[in-house]
Amino acid sequence: MSGFDLMAILAKPEFLRMLIHGVQTTILVFIGSWLLAMSLGALLLAVRMLPSRIAEAGVAAYISYHRNVPTLVQLMFWYFGIASLLPPEVQIWLADHNSEAVFAIIALGLCQAAYFSEDLRSGLRAVPKGQWEAARALGHSFFGAMRWVLMPQAVRNASPAIMNHTVSLFKNSSLAMAIGVAELTHVIKEIESRTFRAFEAYLLGTLIYLACTLLLMAFGAWLERRNRRLRPAA
Amino acid sequence: MSMLGTIVDIVRDNWLLLLVGQYPNGPLGGIAATLILSVLGIACAFPLGVLMALASLSPWRALRLPVFALIYLARGIPLLLIILWVYFLLPLLIGHNVPGFVTMLVTLAIYEAAFISEIVRGGIQALPKGQMDAARALGHGHLGAMRWVILPQALFNSIPSILSQFVSTIKETTLGYIINVPELTFAAGQINNRLLTKPFEVYAILAIAYFIVCWTLTWLAGVLERRIAAGRTHQADAAAPPSFLTPRPGEA
Repeated sequence: MSGFDLMAILAKPEFLRMLIHGVQTTILVFIGSWLLAMSLGALLLAVRMLPSRIAEAGVAAYISYHRNVPTLVQLMFWYFGIASLLPPEVQIWLADHNSEAVFAIIALGLCQAAYFSEDLRSGLRAVPKGQWEAARALGHSFFGAMRWVLMPQAVRNASPAIMNHTVSLFKNSSLAMAIGVAELTHVIKEIESRTFRAFEAYLLGTLIYLACTLLLMAFGAWLERRNRRLRPAA
Repeated sequence: MSMLGTIVDIVRDNWLLLLVGQYPNGPLGGIAATLILSVLGIACAFPLGVLMALASLSPWRALRLPVFALIYLARGIPLLLIILWVYFLLPLLIGHNVPGFVTMLVTLAIYEAAFISEIVRGGIQALPKGQMDAARALGHGHLGAMRWVILPQALFNSIPSILSQFVSTIKETTLGYIINVPELTFAAGQINNRLLTKPFEVYAILAIAYFIVCWTLTWLAGVLERRIAAGRTHQADAAAPPSFLTPRPGEA
């Protein structure tokens, strides 16, 4: 092994292709699980507002499970455990359609939904009660008041927490490598084992992850500044 | 019902492996290793985190900037990648190979220190400014005021957050699985490899085990948080001026 040489990796079309593919897979898993998590998180919040003890307890149990069990264990439970209960035809179909990535998106999405749901809930609780009363007094229905008055403010209140958890989700997408998804960390490790250039490979991985997460954090900071400007002076 | 029966059977046959791994015939593993790794990880990260918090609040840029960089690195890079870095760099730095347990411990100490430093810094900044001013007025230097007045209060108030960080650490020890650290997830993997046909039951047991440990600690953190918050309002009441000095409602 010779000295530090980033080009030993970047100049080889084979490794470059692997890297690009890894970044694509990471982004696919990230966006897929983010969308799943956000829609499920909103749904959980809606269920929680139903006037039913059972619905409330069910959502609380869902959130408690997903927050107290390690994400890696949830991933393995889906990929090894739940997959084995599916009918054989479904298992074969999934194996043909990149089942690793599908289960990674499901597991990460369901896990993150618990966090997003809690973020949205505290965002909603931070909206002053008068907003709700005023919206109803102006003739909005329950859903109208939610849609046009309460939720926009709730999302704005929750956006810093949601952005923090979005960054965590991006980082957690690396866990998908444990079930064999060929995402960025997996590719980095693969390149390392083929070239024996651990330093260069890990440095590349670090820089790519850092670029993405810093971009997300900068977006979050921009969002917060913009929200602060939009918020009426109290 | 048979699924539940299978789960009970697997636990009965493997409880020792789940609890302590292959100890005493092999390395300590199972829940015991998970907990020891987490406790040691937090114990190493805590002093490091306090020092980083002090550095990040210090008036000198040369101290603030490296801490700032380290915190952004920890927040921006997946833990898995940090494990790979330590796995590669630690043997180079100390000159001989280290077991996976040590690799994981060093990783957790660095990673968690960054988060604990943010918690402690928050705790320090949440104290009323008068505490620092009063301590300086009484003749303490900056570090003396920190040591005798600010830190005791700030650290006490951060206990619940540090306990939640401990729960996160327990969850993060599962990543040791990637570098074959013998802990709880690793033990479950061994059982699964031996049984081959019962993955659902094995991983359900694993999830339940983590849930029990983490849920209990999360609950404890909640209790402590309420207790500390109650103590604080109590202090605030005591610190309020006597009531005859303040106008009663309707009197003013």
